Amino acid sequence: MGITSKPVVFAVLAAVVILIGTTVTVFIPLFMPSTQPVSPYIKPYTAVEQEGRDIYMREGCNNCHTQTVRPLRTEVLRYGEYSKPEEFAYDRPFLWGSRRTGPDLNRVGGKYPDSWHYKHTAHPQSMFEKSNMPPYGWLAKNRLDTGYSFKKTSTLGYGYSESEVQQQIAQYRATVTSASYPSKESRDQVTPPELQNELTEMDALIAYLQKLGRDVKNMEAAR
Amino acid sequence: MNEAGYNYRVVRGFAFSALFWLVIGLVVGLWIAFEMFNPALNLTPWLSFGRLRVVHTNGLGLGFGLAAIFSTSYYILQRLTRTPLLFPRLAQAHLYLFNTAIALAAISLFAGMNTTREYGELEWPLDIVVVIFWVMFAVNVFGTLIKRQEKQMYISLWYIISMTVAIAILYIVNNLEIPINLFKSYTLYSGANDANVEWWYAHNIVGFIFTVPILAMFYYFLPKSTGLPIYSHRLSIVSFWALNFAYLWTGAHHLMLTPLPEWIQTVAMAFSIFLIAPSWGSVVNGYYTLQGNWDQMRTNYLTKFFIAGITFYGLQTLQGPLQGLRTLNAFFHYTDWVVGHVHMGTMGWVTMVISASFYYMIPRITNRELYSVKLANTHFWLILVGQFTWTITMWIAGIQQGAMWKATNPDGSLMYNFLDTVTSLYPYYKLRFVAGVIYFIGILVFAWNLIMTVRKQPNQSEA
Repeated sequence: MGITSKPVVFAVLAAVVILIGTTVTVFIPLFMPSTQPVSPYIKPYTAVEQEGRDIYMREGCNNCHTQTVRPLRTEVLRYGEYSKPEEFAYDRPFLWGSRRTGPDLNRVGGKYPDSWHYKHTAHPQSMFEKSNMPPYGWLAKNRLDTGYSFKKTSTLGYGYSESEVQQQIAQYRATVTSASYPSKESRDQVTPPELQNELTEMDALIAYLQKLGRDVKNMEAAR
Repeated sequence: MNEAGYNYRVVRGFAFSALFWLVIGLVVGLWIAFEMFNPALNLTPWLSFGRLRVVHTNGLGLGFGLAAIFSTSYYILQRLTRTPLLFPRLAQAHLYLFNTAIALAAISLFAGMNTTREYGELEWPLDIVVVIFWVMFAVNVFGTLIKRQEKQMYISLWYIISMTVAIAILYIVNNLEIPINLFKSYTLYSGANDANVEWWYAHNIVGFIFTVPILAMFYYFLPKSTGLPIYSHRLSIVSFWALNFAYLWTGAHHLMLTPLPEWIQTVAMAFSIFLIAPSWGSVVNGYYTLQGNWDQMRTNYLTKFFIAGITFYGLQTLQGPLQGLRTLNAFFHYTDWVVGHVHMGTMGWVTMVISASFYYMIPRITNRELYSVKLANTHFWLILVGQFTWTITMWIAGIQQGAMWKATNPDGSLMYNFLDTVTSLYPYYKLRFVAGVIYFIGILVFAWNLIMTVRKQPNQSEA
């Protein structure tokens, strides 16, 4: 074999061989709109939901929770309608995960009230004694940093103006700090007094969790 | 200095870096294994499972795996080309930059700077550092190959070349991202496309770290340790090209029944089955190399590492394609079965072959006898028992949880709530932790044996 005495030719040939499967199964699908279709029903994340998503990523929630319901009978029974490609058009990165140490979260939005999430995120074992989920109470002790929110949503192409982003943040803050917020009691229990009038990381995380699957549920309700 | 002016300093530096990251990565592994049945160990944000799991995978894949690969590649490269490294100072800089990068990687992942894309979690500044040290490595590989004294390139060099090329392509394509600030970026790809790119990367980065360079070691150190030539050169050629061709099509078997277009999943499934052939090409080549000399399993302590290793590789490459089949995948995916599968590869195949390669290499590059063959045998049995207990436990746990997720009552409703399926696994998680401890002790014996070897007096030079 002459090729085994020509290292550069060998390397080029190896690269070509490696790139064939890559081109067919990865590069070409990138340019096929059918790989990642879009739907008018699926809305981008708000600035606060996106911040919550970034906290979800920072804490590595995806290591234990998947976000894709497979079209299997028991899976649809357990979690709800199976996942459609349109739902993920704004997901950069995707967070489908690979191991379900905890349950799938793609349909968790609207399943429980915010109060449930405040209690559960802070002290999972207070609700499920034998759960192995780590407690995340400290998220309520961190003020949410929104310094990059506009840069994030514009990089991701959500199309919000800077004032819209500020408005989304102010609005969500007004919602969760209002005296009439239905989950006020649970929120106040986990949030230190000095942050009760601010947005915390836990607020944003819960806003994100409540968004998961919500557009699909709205779409089904509209039918 | 040795006979031909070979640079063994960098080989030794990377070998002990590998041992260091191996021990760190396993301590983290034991920590998260404990957290799985007792969440009390999630003491601080830095020690919470979600962050630590990533430190574990990156510490062992990039820290231990890459360091061992660099060490053995620099050794094999010089021996097989009969040429000293072309740029020894560049290689030394590579060693320092590599260890700095891995330390920063660990710290940044502890701190939650995590792109969440599996096995490519590092944020963009560290991605750039990884690319830089990879280029430093590649420059020495190709420079030395071009200046080589030995005309023909032996099998191991082919695998080193294809790894060098493939990881560069995989790492750069997967990590194209737009920075928000120094610690945060977003990937270029969205949704299903991102999933497809990421699992093409994740599947193949495992392939080109935990298969291809380990085969390079296997093809070099097995004949060296046993004194037996590889059974079939032709089989190794066919295996090499078929493996490199087929591997890249199969990433989407990690995305069965997800919203990824079905044709990509099906193509991945077909190529996964095809991959059995080239994988077993190497298995058969390994076994037949030993024909007529199987007594070496008893008489040569290195042989059993290689043969046990290639056996786990063979099991791994049968199990992988089977669990990639859509029907079986529907049952096994997302359970601990897959966790068991991965760890048979890493704790069995990868560590066995790296261990024996180091046992062969370290005494020779330091001109000393191995400290203790007896300890090497102890190491072998501890990691074998540890690994087997570990993986079998996880397979059973996976089958149990998969079955519980699917179980329905006569009226069609679900039989178990999710938490029941989790808590039923705690006994297995405890056993897995114990198995991990056994394995870890084996690794400590390994590290001790090599440390004591280099602390011995050098042999009196015969020259």
